[in-house]
Amino acid sequence: MRVLIVEDDREIAHFVQRGLKESGHGAEVAFDGDSGLDLALSGSFDAIIMDRMLPGRDGLSVIQELRRGGVRSPVLILSALGEVDDRVKGLKAGGDDYLTKPFALTELLARVEALGRRLTSEEPATRYAVGDLVLDRLTHKVMRGGETIVLQPREFRLLEYLMRNAGQVVTRTMLLENVWDYHFDPQTNVIDVHISRLRGKIDKGFDKPLLHTVRGAGYMIRDGAG
Amino acid sequence: MAPARLLRSRVFRRTLGVVLLLACVAAMVTGLVGWHANTIYTRAAERSIETDAAELRSELVARGFEALVKAIAERSRSGGSGVYYVADAAGTYRAGNITRLPDWRGPFGRGLFSYATPAGPRMAAGLLIQIDGEPRLVVGRDIEDQRELLLAIYRTIGFGTALLLLLGVGGSVLIARHIQARIESMSGASADIMSGNLSGRIPVDGSGDELDRLAVQLNDMLDRIEQLMAGLREVSDNIAHDLKTPLNRLRNRAEAALADSGGAEAWRFGLERVIDEADELIKTFNALLLIARLEAGSSSEGIEIFDVAPLAADVAELYQPVAEDAGFSLDCSIVRDVPVRGNRQLLSQALANLIDNSLKYAAHALPPRSIEIAVKRVPPFVELVVADRGPGIAPSDRDRALRRFVRLEESRSLPGTGLGLSLVAAVARLHRGHVRLEDNAPGLKVVVQLPLARVAQPMPELPPERRLEAEAAKG
Repeated sequence: MRVLIVEDDREIAHFVQRGLKESGHGAEVAFDGDSGLDLALSGSFDAIIMDRMLPGRDGLSVIQELRRGGVRSPVLILSALGEVDDRVKGLKAGGDDYLTKPFALTELLARVEALGRRLTSEEPATRYAVGDLVLDRLTHKVMRGGETIVLQPREFRLLEYLMRNAGQVVTRTMLLENVWDYHFDPQTNVIDVHISRLRGKIDKGFDKPLLHTVRGAGYMIRDGAG
Repeated sequence: MAPARLLRSRVFRRTLGVVLLLACVAAMVTGLVGWHANTIYTRAAERSIETDAAELRSELVARGFEALVKAIAERSRSGGSGVYYVADAAGTYRAGNITRLPDWRGPFGRGLFSYATPAGPRMAAGLLIQIDGEPRLVVGRDIEDQRELLLAIYRTIGFGTALLLLLGVGGSVLIARHIQARIESMSGASADIMSGNLSGRIPVDGSGDELDRLAVQLNDMLDRIEQLMAGLREVSDNIAHDLKTPLNRLRNRAEAALADSGGAEAWRFGLERVIDEADELIKTFNALLLIARLEAGSSSEGIEIFDVAPLAADVAELYQPVAEDAGFSLDCSIVRDVPVRGNRQLLSQALANLIDNSLKYAAHALPPRSIEIAVKRVPPFVELVVADRGPGIAPSDRDRALRRFVRLEESRSLPGTGLGLSLVAAVARLHRGHVRLEDNAPGLKVVVQLPLARVAQPMPELPPERRLEAEAAKG
């Protein structure tokens, strides 16, 4: 994946760049809105990380300019403003995801990777399969090794999101946002318990666990040992 | 008070203007009275002269010159206001109370003249009548009294106007000085307050006049401002405490890791603890920031009318597994169809905070541990209730627990920001509702009361000034 980072704080920009490179992605950096806009218009990036408050040109106007210029690359907005309506404004301006500063690198990487995938598979599939686990979105059925697994509606959506991002780390915040549509962090680790319930239903009694905990980051569903 | 400043004084200029106007009117009225009196007297004198002259002429025609002389001598003796003179054909004085032709003022033979009397010269009006082609007869009327009356009137006008002006100007100066002194004492007091003496007040003289009432009002405003400032100080103290304590812990952990001789493994452990503390700090900071923004009023973005029942059920569902794992039973009693106008995210977060709190504080309560979540319809309100069987909050602490940015001492030792209730109260205030803390006997019962929205008739928008504040805060 080729990622463009537009961030005026050089330390943060280089930290993110290094993190992306260590996870095997290409990353370029721009320190202000205008050079970020030029780079984004000239090169094709799989994802753009855009700081919202930039010197010269504001991040949101860069995104609007990109969208007018026909650039479809998904954009992750980074902002110190975390309130609900700031998020709504960011997404309205053409952003695809919104992350509040200060952030954890694992959270940023997981979100950028999820965005990159969104570009390649625009339409969600009707059926997901990971190993012998199969989820059918049309019939709302989940099977593993030929056995039907009964899930609560929320558990179904949780599994659906994990399987759509199979092989990729999904953070707790991403699950809260995408499965529950909550944009705040509960004090209690509610997600962990939901995951362990789900794990009890899909992994219990099978030799090979599919739902893995990625320490310090989140969860991942994939075929093969963690 | 310097003359220049006096002239700048509005009170002085206004009063002076009124005094000048009054003086002009008074002078005009008196002048008119004098002018009219003069006209009336003059006409009367003229008519009397004409009649007298006609009588004397017919006497002359009917009975001859000697009879005229006799008539004039008679009239002169009668002591009225008549002034007479008659001369013979040679121009010699024959009869009358003046002995020679008078000096006419104005055209000869008509109008005013002065004549000599033992008491001095007097003014008269009269006619000079020709007899046989010679000016020999004068018929007149003394007008000295009339003149004196007129002069008295004119003197009164002058004197009165001068007195009025004198009193008026003096009065204006006094009034202006008094008011200026009051205003200066007020502006002196406010300058003192502006320079930092927030407990200073504007002097009130107890007269109850308009300036006094203004001073009382301004003092009330200052009381309110002082209260707000005190509140702000408390808030910033709380914020400082809430942020500095974890920062201190963060620093301690980093130092402890550095000092640890355990090598890479110990450092890794230390760094992980530092990151944990940083995450806690970020959470506290986010909570403080959110409360501050809620207090400043939020924009209308994200505000909609929705049924709060599914929202409560969703949050309960989110917490169900974690509550069960912690040995709680989560009991919901939620009525349907309770429309509320507000922000889903904020209300969900408020409810989540309350359940978080219950899980945290009631964790060591004796079993059976339970948390009750209820949505009740109490027109014109909706009540969201979260009740636990934990230690509760002492009645004396309940008000404080809901105050801005306040966390109770008990909460500081437990993980989390401890700002949950402050945040819930701020969310409730933003939704024009409020929060009640009650005794659940035992435990804590938190009631969030929100106005029930009428679906057909949406509630009014947030007041514009709150929206502007929110915009300004963002700008």
